[in-house]
Parts: sequence; structure tokens; C-alpha cells
Amino acid sequence: MSLSRAASLSPQGTLLSEVIPPSSWQKKQQNPPLPTGNRSRCPEQDVSICLLVALLQRILHAPAPGMDQESGAASAGSFISLNEHEQRYYSGLHSLCQADTSGQLSSGKVAELFKASQLPPEALHKVTEVCGAKRLGYFGTPQFYVALKLLAAAQSGLPIHLESVTANLPLPRFLGLKNEPEMRYSAVPPSIDSQGAQGGTAPGSLSWTPADRSAFRHLEANAEKKELWSPPRSPCGSPSRSPLTYRSYPYTKQRNGADSQIAYESKHSSQLEQHSSPSNYRTKATVEHPAMARASSSERLDQQGVVDYSDDDPWRITEEQLEYYTNQFKSLQPDLGALILGAIAKNFFTKSKLPIPELSHIWELSDVDRDGALTFSEFCTAFHLIVARKNGYPLPESLPPTLQPGFMQQEEDIPDTPESAEPLIVFEDTELRPNRLDRTIIERLQPSLATTKQDLKEESCKQDVGVKRVTTSQEKQTLQRAFPERPEPPHDLDPQMRTKTRPRSYSSTSFEDAMKKAEEPPTPPPRPQKTHSRASSLDLNKLFQQGAPGVKGGWLPPPPALPPRPTTSQEESSVKPEEQGLRSRFGRSTEDLTNASKQDMIGVSHSQAPQKPVRRKYHPESQNLEAVPPPAMPFAPPAKPAQKLLSGQKRGIQMAIRKNKETNAVLTRLNSELQQQLKVVHQERVTLESQLELLRPVAST
Amino acid sequence: MSAFLHTSLDVVEEKISAVGKSLGDQRELYLGLLYPTEDYKVYGYVTNSKVKFVIVVDSSNTSLRDNEIRSMFRKLHNSFTDVMCNPFHNPGDPIQSKAFDGIVSGMMVQTG
Repeated sequence: MSLSRAASLSPQGTLLSEVIPPSSWQKKQQNPPLPTGNRSRCPEQDVSICLLVALLQRILHAPAPGMDQESGAASAGSFISLNEHEQRYYSGLHSLCQADTSGQLSSGKVAELFKASQLPPEALHKVTEVCGAKRLGYFGTPQFYVALKLLAAAQSGLPIHLESVTANLPLPRFLGLKNEPEMRYSAVPPSIDSQGAQGGTAPGSLSWTPADRSAFRHLEANAEKKELWSPPRSPCGSPSRSPLTYRSYPYTKQRNGADSQIAYESKHSSQLEQHSSPSNYRTKATVEHPAMARASSSERLDQQGVVDYSDDDPWRITEEQLEYYTNQFKSLQPDLGALILGAIAKNFFTKSKLPIPELSHIWELSDVDRDGALTFSEFCTAFHLIVARKNGYPLPESLPPTLQPGFMQQEEDIPDTPESAEPLIVFEDTELRPNRLDRTIIERLQPSLATTKQDLKEESCKQDVGVKRVTTSQEKQTLQRAFPERPEPPHDLDPQMRTKTRPRSYSSTSFEDAMKKAEEPPTPPPRPQKTHSRASSLDLNKLFQQGAPGVKGGWLPPPPALPPRPTTSQEESSVKPEEQGLRSRFGRSTEDLTNASKQDMIGVSHSQAPQKPVRRKYHPESQNLEAVPPPAMPFAPPAKPAQKLLSGQKRGIQMAIRKNKETNAVLTRLNSELQQQLKVVHQERVTLESQLELLRPVAST
Repeated sequence: MSAFLHTSLDVVEEKISAVGKSLGDQRELYLGLLYPTEDYKVYGYVTNSKVKFVIVVDSSNTSLRDNEIRSMFRKLHNSFTDVMCNPFHNPGDPIQSKAFDGIVSGMMVQTG
């Protein structure tokens, strides 16, 4: 009976005068591709999404007579007129309850929906009877809409009767809807206008949170989730239009592409209050934060204008997601600038219950520097991919641009260590670059080291984090000092800073500990190493640091009070003897170190090598790069602190280069050691396997 | 075909055992032409972790020089380490990395 009645839509202008036989409804459903084959966990939702898409599409093309079959939106037992919002809302609910591709709604879901309307059971029975479903035995679209109308009537106190549906009723209220009509994986062609997308997905977004919650069972933020669950409830409870509309936005945005969204905005700019809320929820990967943001942003976004969309919406990490990822990162690794080791990340991501090959693929995508560990940005990328994957998005073959580390780096600079806040402000972009480089390099170095020593020295890795933090702060302080003092040759400083940053990150490696320990024993006795006045383990580094000022101005005949500019020229003239002095000192220190260990010599000899390019950098005119007999001048490293500006820079660069070389040597040594261990382990494994094979036939007999 | 592969592996083992007494860091990784047969040539390469790479090349393809083979092994080694860095990859499992497969296919296409 229901299908035979026509319906007229409201002022949107769609007059549906045809019947929707169930067969035609099925046909409609076949038009949009059904993502039932995808890996979504809620196939019925996908179906519902498709149906809703189809429905909306029809609504959009409603003026075209050919699409009149979409009257499901408004057909009812009688000529009921749905206004625009009712239409949307009902469409959304309809898709919510859709269980299969037929025109019938899942009675279970419908029952659930009715229960959510908080009407007494007898009223629900009455509604069912009146709308005609009882007679038919199922809920078709018309019956469903009539039932919704009746529910609204009942909720507003009107008698459940067919005449009630003609009245102007508020939208029926439903609480605690579990499913969401939102589509995860939109196969909807972008031709679908946003107008259709407005289809009532009001409860859908609400149910997003529980769906996400189930997806993120493994995460520890349970309490958080529950808290955030309640705020979305409150706006949902109110029959007001705004929460419905803004909730429909996420649905819209998630379903349609950017084009449709933009079209939607232009059409309903007056109605759409929260344009940016969908942008926040474009990435379905959010759990609590989007729900919370939705609730809170409904008012905030009222005044916001059109938000620009990009094509990578599902892959853009929103701020809420970023917060969430940050919290998760902190739970694994307190320092935001440090790395998460591969094993830790593996355990964490395995909890997401994704299959291992997919996790492997996600790792490949997110570990951009291929170091076996995740930086904060890499972690965010991986987490985001996992979340997207769990919500049905297929994994991309390559990293989307919004997820690439360069994109994240810009955000990373802000949540950087607080100690660098001031330098960042002072130096602005010049500072950012070294920060990024530093971070990138630190990422690259530390994870590589950490990976190799993962099983052996995990504690030292943590120490490295601490050391790295310290060195990072030192670096920043150095930069701070350097920049205001020498603003003239910024270009020259930049590469220097870069070299500075690069080796400084090395200093935080666990190998530095080994190196320090190795270097400490041989340093005390020899005379030139008396210059290591400090007891710190960075003896040679301090040596260079002290040597650098000595190189610059320690031997200048004129008093140290000279300004930096003239000092430079004087430094150049005095470079020769200073260089020789340095080299001689290093030569002596080399001898001492040789007695101690082979590696130390390698380190020192490496350190000698960088001295040459360092000096070359500062004094391009000086040609003296060969070993010259040491001058008679005693080498007093704690020289005059005349030119702290240049000395600071040179010191930093030299130290950085030296550390770089030292770490290379240590890494080489470590690599050989690990390879030997690996060989041993392999042999053991082969032995065990052969034994196992021998035992197997024995056991089987 | 697989028989040749196994024989080439035996040759690799033989070479390793012959050279590997010193256990030096700079042990030659590239083993060179292992065993020229009528049909094809086999080149071997061993990593520091005793993972062996074997490249089988058609003998008719004489344009491949030793350097090219070396560069191929280098690329192979790099992509292999990338795969190994993945914590979700268990050593010993067949490699399922698409990037790795892509690189290998690219090399194969490049050399014809």
C-alpha cells in the first residue's frame, strides 16, 4: 500500500509522484557501487551508505522526472510532506536502518531506532501499525518515514494517528544510536551534490564515536572516550537543527569529495553553520577528539566561513588527532623529540589488530628515513594510517602529501622542546631550518643506532634521549648566541650550523658513551691533554672547543679587545701556527690514544681530518693544510676568550665534525661486532633447525 | 632452474668458507661471477649478515658489465636493509614489501 502512494517533497522542489516498487529500489542500489567487498567492519553501514548516497543522488536530481523513484525520501502512506530537514534526517535514519539491498529495512535496526526514541512500547506498536509496516511485515521506505513522523508526533505529545503526520512536527529524537550511516569508503561519484549529503546523518556522527571506540579498544584512553561520549550526547538530545546539520556535515564531507563539499557550502552557506567542522572530521580516524570537537565546535564554528578543502582530506591529520597521537607518543616515549624503537612501535601497532602485512605496509610508508624507528611525525603518520585503515580506507601506495614528514615537521616545530621556544621566536625561519635538520638528523642517527643496539643497550638509548635533549638545548643556545652576534654572514653560518647540528645529534648516541669511556682513560697523563681541564667525558670535544678560541684569537699579538671583524683577518694570519699547534696536539693525543685503543685513534684521526675543512672554511685564503712542525709556542687551550662570537661558532662546528667522525668510527666498530654476533646466531639457528628436522621423523615414528 | 640455483648457492658457500677466515670488516661482499654455464651466468653477493643475493643473468645478455652487476647488488642490498628495518617483518619470511618488489622489478626491466 505504501508504495502505491505518492509523496510530495517540500519546497526543495522535488515532486515525487511515482511509486517505488521494491525492485526499483534495488535497482537504485545497484547504481552506486556497493562497497560490500571492502574490508569495512560494518558491511551494513556500507550498504546503508550506498543507499543513502543513492537516495541523496536521487533527491538531488529530483527535479528530473527520471529520478522520481527516489520518492523513498518522502513517500508515505499518505501525502506527507517532509520539510527539508526532516527529509535529510529521515534519509539518514533510513540508511541507518538499512540492512540489505532490498527496500526493506532491518527490523532489528528499526526496533532499535524506535527504542531510542524513548517512547513506550505500546506507542511503538501503534506507530508500527499505523505506518503500515505491520501489515506489510516489513519496513519499507514509506513506512519508515511515516513511522518517523509518528514518532515525532508521539514525542511531541500528539496522538499516533495518520493525521498527525500532516502536522508540522519537530524531528524525532533518538538517543544512543549505535550505527552510523556515514560511509567510510565512499564510492560515491563526486557528482553527488552536497545537497543530498545533507541527508539526515544526525545520529550517524554520534554513533561514530562508539564505532571508533570499538576500533580503538586497544588504546588506553578509555576514560577519555567515555568522557567525550557524553558531550556529543547532549547536543544530540536536543531536537535542534544545528547539531543535526553539523553532524550531517561530517557525513557529507566524508562521503563526498572536495568538489561536492564546496558546492554544498556555496549552496547552503546560510544554513551551514559549521563549515569547518567537517574539515575537522574529514579524517575519520579520530576517536574521541573529533567527537568532543564536534560538540564544542558546533558553537564555535557558527561564525566561521567557508573552509577550504583539499583533496587529501582523509589523510590530513587534524589538531585533535594530533593531540591524540601526541598523547599516545608520550605514553610510549616521553620525549617528543626522541624516537620510538621499532619493537615498541610494533607491539603498540599490533594491538590495533590489523593484519601484519598491512602493518608492514604502513610501516614502510611512514618510516620515511628507513631507520627502523619512528620519530614523532613518523609515528603520527603511521598512527593516522592505521586509524584510516581501521575505518575502511584503503592503504595508499605512497604517502599522501599531507602525511609526509615535511608537512608534519612544520607542526612539529611548535610542539618542540620548550627550551627552544625563545630561539625559535628570535630567529624565526632561520632557526626553523636548523631545527628541522637537526631533528631529521637526530631521527636518522638515533634510530639507526638504536636499532643496532636495540637488544643490547636499551637503557643507553634512553640515556641518549636525555643526552640528546641536553645537546639539543645546547645547540639552541649556541644558535641563539651565534645568531645575534653574527648576523652578517647568515649563509655562511647556515651550513656551519647544519654541520653543527648534524654531529650534535650524534653526540646523543649510545656510542658516545662508549667513546667517552674509551677516551677518558688515555687522556689524563699526556701533557697536551692537560688542556682537558674539565672532568667531562667529552674531553676531546672540549679540547677542540678550547682550541678553537685559541685558534681564533689566542695568539694574536694585539689585545683581545679587537672587534670581531678585524679579528678575523688576524685570525687568518695566525691560523697557520695555530693550526699547526692544533695538529701537533692532536698528533700527541693520537699517540696516547693509540696506546689505549684502536678505535680511539680512529676517532682522533678522524677528528684531525675535520680540522682541515673547518679551518678551510674559516680561512679560505690560508693554504696551510699540511702537517708542519709544531710551533714553539705552547698551546694554551684555555686561551683568551677574546672573540667569543667566532670562537663559539668554530668551536661548535669543530666539535660537531669531530663528533661526527667519532660516531662513524664507533658505528663501524659496532657494526662489525653485531655482524659477528648475527653470524653466530644464524649458525645456532641453522643448527637448531637441523636438529629439529632430525627429531621430527623420530617423533613421527 | 632451481637446481642451478642450489649449485650456485654451494659455490657461494664455498667462497665464503674460503675467504671468511679473517672475519675482517672489509671482507669482499661481491663474489663475482660464480659459475658460467652455457645458459646463464650467476653472480653472488653476501651481506655481512650472511644473507646471500644471487643474480642470474642470461648469457646472451653480454651488455652487462661487472660494475652494473655491482650496482644492482648494491641497490638490492639497500632495499633489503629497508625491508629488514621494518619491525613487522620477521627475518626468514618471504619479503612482501611492495617497495622492494618495485625496485627489483625496475632493475630487471632496466637490464632487459
